[in-house]
Amino acid sequence: MAVTEIKNFTMNFGPQHPAAHGVLRLVLEMDGEVIERADPHIGLLHRGTEKLIERKTYLQAVPYFDRLDYVAPQNQEHAFALAVEKLLGIQAPPRGQYIRVLYAEIGRILNHILNVTAYAMDVGAMTPMLWGFEERERLMEFCERASGARLHMGYFRPGGVAFDLPPGLTDDIDAWAQKFPKVIDDIEELLTENRIFKQRTVDIGVITAQECYDWGFTGPNLRASGIPWDLRKAQPYDAYADMDFDIPIAKHGDCYDRYLVRVVEMRESLKIIRQSIAKMPSGPVKTADGKVAPPSRAEMKRSMEALIHHFKLYTEGYHVPAGETYTAVEAPKGEFAVYLVSDGTNKPYRCKIRAPGFAHLQALDFLSRGHLLADVVANIGSLDIVFGEIDR
Amino acid sequence: MTATVDPALKDLADYLGGALVADLVATDTRLGELTLTVRRDAIAKILRFLRDDPYCQFQELMDVCGVDYPERRERFEVVYNLLSLANNFRVRIKITTDETTPVPSVAAVFSAANWWEREAWDLFGIYFSDHPDLRRIMTDYGFDGHPLRKDFPLTGFVEVRYDDEQKRVVYEPVKLTQEFRTFDFLSPWEGMTRVLPGDEKATTAAAADKPAVTGKP
Repeated sequence: MAVTEIKNFTMNFGPQHPAAHGVLRLVLEMDGEVIERADPHIGLLHRGTEKLIERKTYLQAVPYFDRLDYVAPQNQEHAFALAVEKLLGIQAPPRGQYIRVLYAEIGRILNHILNVTAYAMDVGAMTPMLWGFEERERLMEFCERASGARLHMGYFRPGGVAFDLPPGLTDDIDAWAQKFPKVIDDIEELLTENRIFKQRTVDIGVITAQECYDWGFTGPNLRASGIPWDLRKAQPYDAYADMDFDIPIAKHGDCYDRYLVRVVEMRESLKIIRQSIAKMPSGPVKTADGKVAPPSRAEMKRSMEALIHHFKLYTEGYHVPAGETYTAVEAPKGEFAVYLVSDGTNKPYRCKIRAPGFAHLQALDFLSRGHLLADVVANIGSLDIVFGEIDR
Repeated sequence: MTATVDPALKDLADYLGGALVADLVATDTRLGELTLTVRRDAIAKILRFLRDDPYCQFQELMDVCGVDYPERRERFEVVYNLLSLANNFRVRIKITTDETTPVPSVAAVFSAANWWEREAWDLFGIYFSDHPDLRRIMTDYGFDGHPLRKDFPLTGFVEVRYDDEQKRVVYEPVKLTQEFRTFDFLSPWEGMTRVLPGDEKATTAAAADKPAVTGKP
């Protein structure tokens, strides 16, 4: 019998594949069903955000951050607001900080619901997606009530938040937070001990702690490898220092553990949400510095100075002292940071956005080698990849 | 806000100043963030030292990026942001380069540097020597130029559209339907160069050094 020669072949995965989580193009070099090399081609969603921000005032740059990781927009704004505040040498008032923490955690739950359920759908479970999106819709309603926008809030501004919460909103969020654990239980019931789900995820895409360091992993993906590192604890910003919560970790660093960490993180986020509502102080929500935060509408009708401030802020914007800062927050996907260079004018000189997904996607080649094609899908799902932030 | 330097940061700055003295160009601790400017050739050695030294333990390279200062002789800065999870420190390492001088790649020290360096090459045209796979990453296949350079126009040079006749995507020079709007808010009065009626009186009165005559006696 003649020996058949089997050659490696190259397969194109995406960019219009539903499991590619957006516009990922993967060039897979395969030996039969086994991946020899995975080469992600990114940049199909590159919008030049960093270049555009160089031409905008600091306030005009805020909405660009919503559009990075559009699954949890608030958390990106948070990093930018903190970076600008650091350069300006101001701080948000306590109530503003608590509101930001509250909405940052809502963003985290928004993100984890989408990731856990979309990931479950990638590996074959349909129902969690439908249940999860119902809750996402409720959360987006809370975003809408606070800022007027369901998704791209534009709410966290340098110096605080855009405006105060409407009356009754915190009660509704608290009521929701009491009911939500039931939904997590339901989703867990479908997935955590599900035989098919475990077959697809346990021991797939294992990454050790040392390899996590090497590849620049952060966030849940790092914690799933057993490293208790969370910027909310290690380098607390805003009101996180006052919050009592735990950092979930897992030991194996496989796809299943990354799922488990996210599920427990949702429960921890609920704790923070309920604490921030209970402890929320009254008072102003943005800095009193009229050169940074705009005056209220009512004030503008009476005060000439407020009118001038308003006009100057929305045309020229504020000048930020020359300097540079690398300010990071614990975004749902990992360390989201802004490296902001100011030259003393009203526009950032350079605004480098450090997206956690960029580092995670880079490790896909490493994670997928020697795995089957179907495991690539599980890996992509478990890494939590959103192209808005990777391609910027 | 951060007038006083955190003592831990000061210790780290002193320690690194001593350990890296041969390659150190400048140290900066403004805003509570430690920035070291170092010699370009030594970057791989320094990052390896920062990663492996028991006192530093900067295990993760968070970010590599370029910054463009066209007026400088060596126009690019390459900025490396490192994080030590063991000690909860951050440090920023900077080197400078120009369009033609290659920067030694650190992808062998931190695997994460691979894509960040590809990005800096793509967006700034900073060349990294010994990089395993220095392709473009963000821009289109066959893109020309380095868009994040300050001399690259915001609109770019070409735009793409799908041509139904040729049944393919075509590249064309950028056509703006309205003029590119750019406002210089820093000097809002630069448009007022014309002498306003009555302005000449001020200069003539000052030049003659006479009291201004106001109306009839």
